[in-house]
Amino acid sequence: MNHRMILRLICYILRVEAVCLLPSLGISFFRGEIQAAWGTGITIALAGVLSLSTFLLPPKDKQILAREGFLSVALCWVAVSLVGALPFFLGGAIPSYIDCLFETVSGFTTTGASILTEIEGLPLGLLYWRSFTHWLGGMGVLVFLLAVMPMGKGRNSLLHVMRAESPGPQVDKLVPKLQNSAKILYAIYIGLTLLQVAFLLAGGMPLFDALTTAFGTAGTGGFSIKNDSLMSYSPYLQGVCTVFMALFGINFSIFYLLLLRQFHKVLHNQELWLYLGVMAASIAVITWDIFSLYQGVGEALHQAAFQVSSIMTTTGFATADFNQWPALSKTVLVVLMFIGACAGSTGGGVKAARVLLLCKSGRRSVKRMLRPRSVAQVHMDGQTVEEEVIQNTHSYLALYLAILVVSTLFVALDEFSLETNATAVIACLNNIGPGLDLVGPMGNFSQFSPLSKLVLTFDMLAGRLEIFPMIMLFLPMAWRRG
Amino acid sequence: MKIVIVGDGKVGSALTVQLAKEGHDVVVIDSNKLVLAEAQQSLDVNVVHGNGATIRVQNQAGVEESDLLIAATSADETNLLCCITAHKLGCAHTIARVRDPEYYNQLYDWKDELGLSMMINPELSTASEIFRLLQYPSFLRRDTFAKGRVEIVEVELKSDSPLDGCMLYDFIKRVKVQVLVCAVQRENQVYIPDGGFQLRAGDRLHVTAPSSNLAKLIRNLGITQRKIRDVMIIGGSRIAFYLATELLKNGVGVKLIEKDTARCDELSDLLPKATVIHGDGSDRNVLDTEGLAQTDAVVTLTDFDEENLIISMYANFLGIYKVITKINRTEFNEVLTGKGIDCAVSPKDLCCSGIVRYVRAMGNRKGGSVTALHRIVEDRVEALEFQIGRNQPYLGQPLMKLRLKPGTLIACINRRAKTIIPSGGDTIEAGDSVIVVAAADRAIQNFSDIFAD
Repeated sequence: MNHRMILRLICYILRVEAVCLLPSLGISFFRGEIQAAWGTGITIALAGVLSLSTFLLPPKDKQILAREGFLSVALCWVAVSLVGALPFFLGGAIPSYIDCLFETVSGFTTTGASILTEIEGLPLGLLYWRSFTHWLGGMGVLVFLLAVMPMGKGRNSLLHVMRAESPGPQVDKLVPKLQNSAKILYAIYIGLTLLQVAFLLAGGMPLFDALTTAFGTAGTGGFSIKNDSLMSYSPYLQGVCTVFMALFGINFSIFYLLLLRQFHKVLHNQELWLYLGVMAASIAVITWDIFSLYQGVGEALHQAAFQVSSIMTTTGFATADFNQWPALSKTVLVVLMFIGACAGSTGGGVKAARVLLLCKSGRRSVKRMLRPRSVAQVHMDGQTVEEEVIQNTHSYLALYLAILVVSTLFVALDEFSLETNATAVIACLNNIGPGLDLVGPMGNFSQFSPLSKLVLTFDMLAGRLEIFPMIMLFLPMAWRRG
Repeated sequence: MKIVIVGDGKVGSALTVQLAKEGHDVVVIDSNKLVLAEAQQSLDVNVVHGNGATIRVQNQAGVEESDLLIAATSADETNLLCCITAHKLGCAHTIARVRDPEYYNQLYDWKDELGLSMMINPELSTASEIFRLLQYPSFLRRDTFAKGRVEIVEVELKSDSPLDGCMLYDFIKRVKVQVLVCAVQRENQVYIPDGGFQLRAGDRLHVTAPSSNLAKLIRNLGITQRKIRDVMIIGGSRIAFYLATELLKNGVGVKLIEKDTARCDELSDLLPKATVIHGDGSDRNVLDTEGLAQTDAVVTLTDFDEENLIISMYANFLGIYKVITKINRTEFNEVLTGKGIDCAVSPKDLCCSGIVRYVRAMGNRKGGSVTALHRIVEDRVEALEFQIGRNQPYLGQPLMKLRLKPGTLIACINRRAKTIIPSGGDTIEAGDSVIVVAAADRAIQNFSDIFAD
């Protein structure tokens, strides 16, 4: 167990966080938001000082094995969230630290669930930070570190870190070198974000709104700087967001393949087809279902597309209160919450790739029951899927459901309606944001008790890190020496 | 550079480690998922599972935009097919391991047509390495440069050596030939020495010398050298066959001990002049009755490192004049020195450094390109030969004016047919080939890398 190397990674992450807080300090400073500026300044100083502790305990060797990889990812996320919550707390914007933590974890895990009832009252510096946590958490803070940190040549010690942080059943490097892979991912990420900002600016959105909305979309987060989410923006701006949300829900290796002009591989990506197919079908069903509520097919289609894109990619922006929609539409949306985006994207949920794998392995099991002697492998995109991956997917699903059930029980202590409790947990565990009923797109999470908020905070982290790293934090086995 | 390695066996994995460490983008292809998983866990490389000779797998590994493909699977035919396929896909350089000498000879002429940049036979190069060591048994190692005109040899200062306590600036006067001590290994330390370095008994010196001076060097070092007249080879591997052939050609008697009856028959057919003995070479009784104590030299070439080690230790215990040990797993080498294993060769390392040399030479076409690379002192020091290009700032400057990085040294300059062991007044000119000795962690790629800015 290499505790000191884990400490070093945490310290590096805190340093990155301190640097990322600088713009929000600048905004607070120039806007004359004194208390927010102080809060942010103190946080930056604190993160800086804490990050020096690695020099007191320098690592003896730089080996990071699977175990250290998982634990350091989980601990880094916890540390980043604890420190990232301080500007809200010290800045006086949110009085309770648990609320601050909930809000920050919701940001980093790109959930977008908020305890704020009055968002527009927040200082601009803090609003910026709140949205920027989405952008950082979307592609992963550690992947960012991998892209910029100098690494020893040839060794592969940080692959486990990337594996633990990147979503999806199978994580592959795009190119032989880990660092270059991380750089490519971030380059695509930054490129797409800038493209969206440009489109939003072209539609007449103010720069600050455009930046924060783009951060929320890119990370598939869903924090907006308005109380009514994106409802008050023009249909053009909403349309831009619909398209970009859908884009950020696609596996980033698809964009890399497109850049390499390997269209053949893109066309034969089964996950992509499933994702787009489910999305199109859901839009069609919901448009038909809500047709009578809106004037004309165009309006209904626009609303359905935005909401489907927002929920399926687990972003959580809203342009309509889908809480008021008919039951069929609401049910479709809840199903989409479970499916989620593609593996290797910034979105959450179970992931389309896992759904596909589970369907295929289910079909195989049935086939084996009918013909007990038959031998069959599971294939995806023309490749055989390792049995280990299938098994991992099954245990992922089992743990996922266990957490879902236990968390719902805890949240039920607050005695809200079943719809509220269940969708609150679903929305947090899948990193979506809004659920139904009290936590619907126009509601928020402020009514929950502190215990429920902590449980939901854990759910958000577990959902973002794909269950296993967070579970390991609580296993004595993972911490044992040797 | 993008490099694809097919076959993650002994040579393949050693190459993968080395090339990834030198900063190349490496993709490994193998049909065994276990070794691939191991490689991906421990190294910053990509892996592709499948048959590396197929276009499908090579496409998956991105061979078409790679700079080099190295085929090191266990089968020659697969290796050749890998290289041909890669060449067709547009990979500019390919290296194949070809063990079968018949294939090697028949393919040599078609190398360009098939797109083969290099064929490498680890067993053959090991055998010739061992042969060269037996030619000058006082040397523990010999590495050749400048087309065989210059060598770096390793020699141990015995406790009764007259050079014990000698300062290095006196060394040339004492040995009376033009040579240069370029690296010294003392216990576990390596020194790239300057004139003020004092030699001690027990040191292992690495000396650069023109090949023609080697005999004189030995004489003047005060070492009595015996000519080796008969050699006992234990283990009848392919290396043993190559070595025996070479030795017999040079009139040295060969006794070969092999366990397997069929292989014994085969060897006695191929080597009628050798004495082939059927027996277990690790059996003390067999060794004693076959006259181990009376031979000049023993070479252990069984397939098992452990057997080779124990036989060599026994031979050393008997006081055999020259003992050469083949070791495959070199990672334990530092434990072995001084335990009766003085002179070890590793086919894997020889093959590996041959290929690494080629890769480095590919890497720098301009400036001064690497034409030879040898790793000495347990791989901790590299001796590199560079071909010097035109228009370099250091050309024509006397060496004493050039400031080198610490831990580097210019060991030799070859100008046309002339070999210069440099002193402060010598210069480097365009077209020279220069041998540089440097600590391996410097990873010198270009000749200009050796200068302190």
